[in-house]
Amino acid sequence: MSGTVPGNPSTLGALAGRALTNRSFIIGLFITLVVAAMALVSFFWTPFDVTRLIVADRMQPPSSAHWFGTDHFGRDVLSMIMIGARNSIAVALVAVGIGMGVGVPLGCWAAARGGWIDEALMRFNDLIFAFPALLSAIMITAVFGPSAINAIIAIGIFNIPVFARVARAGALSIWPREYILAARAAGKGKARITVEHIIPNIANLLLVQGTIQFALGILAEAALSYVGLGTQPPMPSWGRMLFDAQTVMIVAPWLALFPGCAILLTVLGLNLLGDGISDIFDPRARRRP
Amino acid sequence: MSLLEIEKLSLKIGSQSVLKDIDLSIAPGEVLGLVGESGSGKSMTALAVMRLTPDYAQMKGRITFNGIDILGATEPQMCALRGDDIGMVFQEPMTALNPVKTIGEQVAEGIRWHTRASRAEAEERARKILDRVGLPEQKFALSRYPHELSGGQRQRVAIAIACALKPKLLIADEPTTALDVVLQAQILDLLKELVSESKMSLLFISHDLAVVTEMADRITILRQGAVMESGDTARTLSEATHPYTRQLALASTHVPARVRPHGDETGTENLLDVANVTRDYPGTRRSLFSRSEPVRAVDNVSLTMKPGASVALVGRSGCGKSTLARMILALDTPTSGAIKFRGMDIAGRSEAELRRPRRNMQVVFQDPYGSFDPRHTVERLVAEPLHLLERRPDRKERRDMVARALHEVGLNRSDMEKYPHEFSGGQRQRLSIARAIITRPKLVVADEPVSALDVSIRAQILDLFAELNQKLGVAYLFITHDLTVARAITDDVLVMHEGRIVERGKTSDVLSHPASEAAQALVSAAPDLHRAIARRLQEQG
Amino acid sequence: MTAYLLKRLLIGAATLVVASVVVFLMLEVVPGDPARVMLGMNASEAQVELLRDQMGLNQPLIVRYLDWARGLLSLDFGKSYTYSVPVIDLVKERFVVSFPLAIIALALSTLIAIPIGLFAAARRGRAGDTAAMAVAQIGVAMPNFWFALLLVYVFAVWLRLVPAGGFPGWGAGAWPALKALVLPAVALALPQAAILARVTRAALVEVLGEDYIRTARAKGMPMRAVMWRHALRNALIPVLTIMGLQFAFLLAGTIIIENVFYLPGLGRLVFQAITQRDLIVVESVVMLLVAAVIVVNLLVDLSYALVDPRLRTRQ
Repeated sequence: MSGTVPGNPSTLGALAGRALTNRSFIIGLFITLVVAAMALVSFFWTPFDVTRLIVADRMQPPSSAHWFGTDHFGRDVLSMIMIGARNSIAVALVAVGIGMGVGVPLGCWAAARGGWIDEALMRFNDLIFAFPALLSAIMITAVFGPSAINAIIAIGIFNIPVFARVARAGALSIWPREYILAARAAGKGKARITVEHIIPNIANLLLVQGTIQFALGILAEAALSYVGLGTQPPMPSWGRMLFDAQTVMIVAPWLALFPGCAILLTVLGLNLLGDGISDIFDPRARRRP
Repeated sequence: MSLLEIEKLSLKIGSQSVLKDIDLSIAPGEVLGLVGESGSGKSMTALAVMRLTPDYAQMKGRITFNGIDILGATEPQMCALRGDDIGMVFQEPMTALNPVKTIGEQVAEGIRWHTRASRAEAEERARKILDRVGLPEQKFALSRYPHELSGGQRQRVAIAIACALKPKLLIADEPTTALDVVLQAQILDLLKELVSESKMSLLFISHDLAVVTEMADRITILRQGAVMESGDTARTLSEATHPYTRQLALASTHVPARVRPHGDETGTENLLDVANVTRDYPGTRRSLFSRSEPVRAVDNVSLTMKPGASVALVGRSGCGKSTLARMILALDTPTSGAIKFRGMDIAGRSEAELRRPRRNMQVVFQDPYGSFDPRHTVERLVAEPLHLLERRPDRKERRDMVARALHEVGLNRSDMEKYPHEFSGGQRQRLSIARAIITRPKLVVADEPVSALDVSIRAQILDLFAELNQKLGVAYLFITHDLTVARAITDDVLVMHEGRIVERGKTSDVLSHPASEAAQALVSAAPDLHRAIARRLQEQG
Repeated sequence: MTAYLLKRLLIGAATLVVASVVVFLMLEVVPGDPARVMLGMNASEAQVELLRDQMGLNQPLIVRYLDWARGLLSLDFGKSYTYSVPVIDLVKERFVVSFPLAIIALALSTLIAIPIGLFAAARRGRAGDTAAMAVAQIGVAMPNFWFALLLVYVFAVWLRLVPAGGFPGWGAGAWPALKALVLPAVALALPQAAILARVTRAALVEVLGEDYIRTARAKGMPMRAVMWRHALRNALIPVLTIMGLQFAFLLAGTIIIENVFYLPGLGRLVFQAITQRDLIVVESVVMLLVAAVIVVNLLVDLSYALVDPRLRTRQ
């Protein structure tokens, strides 16, 4: 017979071996770790104090003292980018946490129960998908005023149906497998099967989606801060820095260059990491967009 | 002069050698059977002839078709050959057709491509060939889509595509493996007729010796990418001089030694009592407002089993046998009727109430790859049913019980730490059986437990089932469409057709003298190696 | 077929109703009195009471919702507080900027992405594929408003080919108006095109591994023909799904990009309304955009049925 034998999917050794030879994974992990380290260091130390405004030093081009130059208040751009990293990561991480924490149980529940519960969840998804994070943020801001919390809530809510869909689709593909039938024949209930068999087998999908949503969260936070609906000044944020840079772009282009590069690199790193993870778990094909 | 001549063909994928110095030839009008177990390289040989091997495969040697050097031909030359002079039919009819194109388009497409015929002409020819393969236009309009056809009908469309331009060579790669025996017989007959009608040569690939014997004039046996033996079908198989040929032939007709029968202690209580069980599924709705007609999968079925009995439930695919098995295993609930296991009604009970019956009935599935969670160790997988026990065993007891179950199915204690992917198909089916017997059940339901296995492995697994039947006194309900399995291992047989049980009795009686139409169809369609060889020898005189 | 269409239509309509309730309630939970919020802390009691009356705030919740919903259906969104004109007039004026922008961007993104996806899938694993996908990977990571800034810097400041911002209005002739929309459209389209190209490639690669592709090749069709006649249409379902989702992102992106280029579109309107606490305008524009997203997703659902015959016969 001509059936193909599925490759060895999951032992730690095999995964590690594939991880070490996967270029996307290595580069993505490296960039992600650098950004994360930058954010962590900013809690203890930054090259300059960003709360002190030194007008004499304003709008200096990059130099050995200020690697990335200074802004219109004389603040050091590198220091601001480090603190901005902290904000971006915090917002995106909490938003992914909200999405996963609510979406994954919902998706698994819908897949396990089926019927009207499943239908209701899918309609709920349709509803939330009609409110892109920016629209929710606009509404929330219109009501409660602008803040970083709004950004987190708006992005987090939009993440819920994303994770619910991924979890549901993954779980639905696992449920008809024979090993689930075998577990049922061994008397295991739906909740137990979900915890013991379903979630471990869709964990890689969730991990990959997690990195994608993390990256999208960083982009969304930057966009919201750019239009003034996210992190509020004087707290530095990448999006806000770009907004401030816009008016002086002709005289100080570096102010627009570095925060933009920071966003680009962070998102790129996370996307590469996600690609790498999905390659490592599924070496036969790259299925992900 | 041969139509197709393969000389010293070697194929490598990376460093792995898939084909080693293959030699074979097919004369015009001849049927060559290519036989081998999984991984023997049969399909790769066929793809090499079509030059449809993966891009990264490296080939050496020579393939000559009709005087053309295939390996040296350009891609446009190959395109001119494919579908015109060489047609090919694949194994999986459910996925072989493009779901978004009509069957008419798909058949006409190749005709238009090669003959530059107009759309109307091509459609006319498509209509004719579809009619020829048994899909007349009155019932199967050209505008039908693949999903509106059954598996057998789709395979007919695939054959129509391959034969539309009356190729000189038709390649059929396991064309009936995905079909049940009755459909298999119909498709094989169709292929035979088409081949003799238009004097095609046929390269017929199969793992099933009996089927190949029925089809092929000559046979080539492959093993691990190398040719073991080649020659006249009947002579090669009846003499079986090559040890591997002999091994294959013996395994195909293997009957385990059994001390009979456990099940005729008439006095004892019934192990299983199924009374008037019916299962309806909601059908597809025609429109939003009309109610759907329910589909009746199982229709008023009753049966009983004694402790230690070995019973076969046979029938064509879709006859409701798997649905019935699921209800017996309390994985599905009957629409009406009662199922009693050891005196207890199990239909519609909660999981807590089902603990005791579940401990005493376990299941073995068909697919040795799909029936294990790839992320768990063998210890955890085999021990899964243990939590049904009254008293949870501690870690050491658990390991001992797993070790004993593994030992009983012929595996080692050290296999406990491994993951399922480290085992071959046959070994996995042993693991499956170990998991099923670990709680010492009274009944094991086995759903096509050997149909995904190679013949030599299948023989070993059947032996194991027979051995455990005697050693542990466990009763079997074997669900199968393969009558040789039923004959090999069961005492009684139930024949199911369209949701009903249409015949029942001793296995040997029913299979040698089937009374119902459904049973007769199954028996006459079932390939049988001895019969096929005898017939061939007779024809040759 | 009709059952599928009807079901999708009903679901779309129901989603629209629930979404309108959500938008309505959202502005109901404004802490304090919406009239007070809109007027600011310095307004007198009498002014607030007058506005409450104008806004119908003294009526029960359900009556107000029904009034509002009836207004939506007849395109009567109420009156803007700050501009003292019907909201619909403001929306109409801005719509003629935002809508062409979104459409141009969507068209541009599709026209760029599909050929690149086809190109990369046909050469999968080779240098062309790797290069195209590397560029796409960067495009996906590019924030569109930053990309917009770079475009302004290069094309408007350096090369002076197009205006850096503002909109002359369609009255000034189609060409100057279009010229003002070129950079915003490109800034919106390219990051979306990068995503779409990756999705197209992935969907095609998946489809190319299917059995029916092998059947088509066994008929003697060359790879290029197989790609166009068999693979593309089957790969279209995931591509359409993403295009539907992208429309929502494009709308959101439009709001942001309009701020980069100072385009007088719906996005500018909504941000001005937020700073001026003109809640009726915010509510109306958000509702309009949500409705647009729902309608587009409905269209995507319907187009599935055109692409995939299996959906036409099943329900």
